[in-house]
Parts: sequence; structure tokens; C-alpha cells
Amino acid sequence: MTRYILRRLFAMPFLVLGIVTLAFLLTSVTKGDPLTAIVSDRQMNNPEVVAAAKARWGLDRSLPERYVIYVGNLLQGDMGTSFITRRPVAQDVLYRLPATMELVMAAMIVGSVMGISLGVLAAAFHNTVIDHAARVFALFGSSIPVFWLGLALLYVFSVQWGILPGPGRVDPRAALPPAVTGFITIDSLIAGNIPLLLDALRHLILPAFVLGWAVAGTISRLVRANMLEVLGREFILTARAKGAGEFRVIVRHALRNTMVPTLTVIGYSFAYLLTGAVLTETIFSWPGMGSYAVEAARGLDFPAIIGVTIVGGVVFLITNLMTDVAYVIANPRVRLG
Amino acid sequence: MTISLTAPRKVRRLQWLSLPLAIGAVIVIFWLLATFAAPWLTVYDPLEMVGRRLQAPSWDHWLGTDALGRDVFSRTLHGARHSLPIAVGVVAVAVAIGASLGAVSGFFGGFVGAAIMRLVDVTLSFPPMLLAMAVAASLGPGLGNAAIAMVIVWWPVYARLMRAQVLEVREREHVEAAVASGAGRVRVLTKHILPLCWTPTLIAATMDLGQVILLAASLSFIGLGATPPTPEWGSMISDGASQFYSWWVALGPGLAILTIVLGFNFIGDGLHDYFDPRSK
Repeated sequence: MTRYILRRLFAMPFLVLGIVTLAFLLTSVTKGDPLTAIVSDRQMNNPEVVAAAKARWGLDRSLPERYVIYVGNLLQGDMGTSFITRRPVAQDVLYRLPATMELVMAAMIVGSVMGISLGVLAAAFHNTVIDHAARVFALFGSSIPVFWLGLALLYVFSVQWGILPGPGRVDPRAALPPAVTGFITIDSLIAGNIPLLLDALRHLILPAFVLGWAVAGTISRLVRANMLEVLGREFILTARAKGAGEFRVIVRHALRNTMVPTLTVIGYSFAYLLTGAVLTETIFSWPGMGSYAVEAARGLDFPAIIGVTIVGGVVFLITNLMTDVAYVIANPRVRLG
Repeated sequence: MTISLTAPRKVRRLQWLSLPLAIGAVIVIFWLLATFAAPWLTVYDPLEMVGRRLQAPSWDHWLGTDALGRDVFSRTLHGARHSLPIAVGVVAVAVAIGASLGAVSGFFGGFVGAAIMRLVDVTLSFPPMLLAMAVAASLGPGLGNAAIAMVIVWWPVYARLMRAQVLEVREREHVEAAVASGAGRVRVLTKHILPLCWTPTLIAATMDLGQVILLAASLSFIGLGATPPTPEWGSMISDGASQFYSWWVALGPGLAILTIVLGFNFIGDGLHDYFDPRSK
């Protein structure tokens, strides 16, 4: 087990280098000219301005040169300067990462609670209306485009009924608590600002549900399949024979034995959540990494695009590693080759 | 007593085996029909101004009109002509690239095989949407470029699947027999191994069609796919987002994406039940 973990850790730097290289190469084979993002249309005909801009942003160098310089800078934590915000990309991304993490964590909680309960219900009422309804609910979750669902829910709950707040992380007039974690919920709790905490939670409901639904679908299908398998085993029969109530059998005996694969699928759902966050953040004006990526892609802001892609890849890599390691620790019988 | 109880139960099981498949097939066939026959199923030109701007749904315009006075119903049906062919094309090319590279990697191994798998590992280390956005942005707007970006994101999935399959089939006895009777390596791969490897890849490809449609619409939604005035669902929802109070502008394309992806997911779910009876 230790050898497996060590091997995975040893591979990490190479995978990160791979991520950096691929992100760099794929965004450099470009037809969209980054100059259009830097130089105004009128100045495009002015060769001096164009040459100066090229020299300023290093666009006059060859691709291998630029790659070496980029990796060298990256090792010092420098991801270049954004064409649009004119701030260091690393600073921009670090500033926006907590907002995304807060949303993704909330979605993960919503998705897991919904998914596990639905999966258990579906297995307990196997092949009944409840089971079929859970299946349809799960399939809808992985079929609805999050950007459309977000719009629809905002329209209904915020505009029509006015029971939930509109886009954003908190009320725009509210003063933010001093940033400790960058999570507004936790920071306002630390600052003892309960109204702000409630406001932040209310703002989280819609985006977390939008993002969590699809994950809930995947989780519920997996929980159901595992529960059905476990419920057929002999120790369940024993528990029932000893007079354990149905609720106790399902929660204490069966559900406990499906937790390892469930935790694994929750861990892997991170990739989906990061992908979905890009679109959810755009709809809910959520100032996170996803909306930063969209702004960068729309504005051909290449330093920002590469930076945010690399950070996304690394975050994804780390969560997958953690999930794999947790799986091996929880389940020493598996031998991963 | 027992007999009378088991008989109907079996029938019900069989129904559930095929019901998701049937629902999915009906939905997908509907959209296939729309793909081929949209011009004959609609009254209005999807690109022309045919009524007042931002009219709510009415008998004349079933799903209303958008900010340019175009008929949303007509644009929604025509949208299938962009989304479906692109999804099929992306998946086909991704399978072609991924399956060949995966088969080569699994069968021949060695340095090239390892190199291919490292490339697969690295590509799969990105959240798909972020990578697709980065590539699509650098290629420039347009559905064709979005399609290229999606192929780049998607082929490694099939490479990994195909490699695992080839590795397993390679060890079977009939392959050993073929090698012993003097068949060349290419012949062993193409005649004795590959024919037994296709099923999982094809099932995965079918199930992925819905996800590819979603990804394409997502790219268009943020402005990296279809360019105006193309009636593409993602960009139509983006139009709807900027006309937030005219809810009907985004309704048609949203329902379109929802139903077609749901259709493919139903099919996938049915196939999953069929091939993994444990979850029935």
C-alpha cells in the first residue's frame, strides 16, 4: 500500500509537467491572434505599436523559447500577466479559487445527500414506483444543461416568486467579512456576522442545487446498485433473522457496507463539478475560476486561459489522487497495479 | 402458487429491461427526424425575421419569437441539424483516433505504447470543459473548431477502453493458436483480436453522444462554438439569457437539449442494465 502511494506521489511532478506542456502547446497552435486582445483595432495598422506589443508580451519569440521561459517563470509561481485585467494571472486565480471551491463543496454536499438518500430509497423499494421515479430523476440530472436549469430556476425562484436572491455570492450592498479562508460562509461565521452567513447560504442554494443534481444522479445509481448487491448477502439475512427492523437493516447493515465505493464516486465527481462550475458561475455571476476562464476565453486572454487550465488540471489531479489513496486505505484488499 | 407468482414477475422484468431503451429510442428517432426534415416540418425560415420582436408563444409562433423576430420553434427544430451531426462526427472521429491508438498501445506496447498512454493520462487529467474551452478559444470561434476541440478532449476515453480490451483478448487461447500457426502480428491484431474488442467501445460511444451534445451546446453558450445567426441550441440559450424576462426564448432550445440528451441517457441506462444485470 505504501509503495502504491509513493509511486503515485512520484508520478505527480511528471503529470503536472505534462499538464503544463499540453496546456501550453494546445493554446499556442492558435488561429485566434492574441494581438487582437492587446492592441486596439485602430492601432493594428501601426507596425511600431504592433512590434512594441509583441516585444512587451514576448510574442516575437519562437514557441520553444516561450515554452522554456513560461516553465521557468511558473517554477517561481509566475503565470504571466493577464491581457485583460493587467494583473498577474496567479494572483487573479488565487483570488478567485475560494469562490469556486465554496460552490463546489456546497454542490458536493447537496449532491451526496440527495444521491445517497435516493439510492437507498430506490434499493429499499426495488422495482416499485419509487425506484423508477429515482431512476428518472437521476437521468434528468445528467441530461439537463446546467446553464439552462440555472436560468430557469433564477427566473422562477428569484424573479417570479422572489423567495430566493438573484445572482452573486452575497447581497451586493453587504460588506464582506475579512478574508480568512475566502469562503464567505466560513469567514462570516468567524466574524460572527450571522445575517451575512444566512445571506451567503441563501445565495448558495440555487447554484449548489443546479450543480449538485447531476452528481446526485450518478451517486444514486451507484448507491442503488451496491445496496442491491449487499442486501442479497447472507449477513443481511442473519440480521433480519435476528429480528432487526427494516430501517436498521438498511442503514446500519447495508448502507455502511456501500460507503467505500460511494465515497470514491463522490471524489471522482469533482471533475464534473469543476466542469459544471464553469457554466454555473457564468449564469449566477459567481466570481470564481469558472467565470474567470470564460472571460479569458471570450477575450482571447491567453496567459489567463493557460493559467486557469493548468490550475484546473492540477486541482483535479490532486483530488483524484486523494480519492484513489483514500480508496486503497479504506479497502486494503484491493491491489492496484 | 409459486408458478403464478413468478410468471408475471418475469414479464415485468423483461419490460423494464427494454422500457428505458424504448423511451430513449423514441426520443432519439424524433430528433433524427427533425434533423432530416426540419425544413418541411416548420413554416418559418429560421434565419429570417418573421414576426414582431419578442412575442410570447401563440398559435402563430408556438414557442414565441426572439429578439430579432425569428421563430423560436423553427430555430429549435433546425438546431438538430447542427447538434446531431456534430455529435456523431465528433464521437466517430474520437473513436477512430482513440481506438486505433489504444489498440496499438495495447498490442505492441513498448515505448510508443507507453508514450500514447502517458498522453492519454495527461489529457484526462484536465476537467473536460476547461480543456475544450482553452483549445476552442485558441482555434477561434466556429462550430468546426469547437468540434476539433471536443475530439481532442474525448479520444483518450476510447484509447483507454480499447487498450484494456486488447490487453485482455490478447491473452486468450485462440490468439496463442493463431500466433503458433504463423500468423503475422498485424494479422493477429486485425483478424483475431480487434473483432472481439468493439462492443464496449461502441456502447460507450452511443452513451457519450448525449454528453457530446451537452458539451457542444456549452461551448456555444459561452460563445466559443456556433456563431450567429446559426440556430444552435447553446447560442440560442445564450440569446435567451440576454433577454432574461422573455423566458420563451431559451425554453425551446433548453427543452431540445434536455430531451435529446435524456434520450441518449435512457438508451445508455437500458444498455447498462442489459450488460450489467447486477443493477437490474
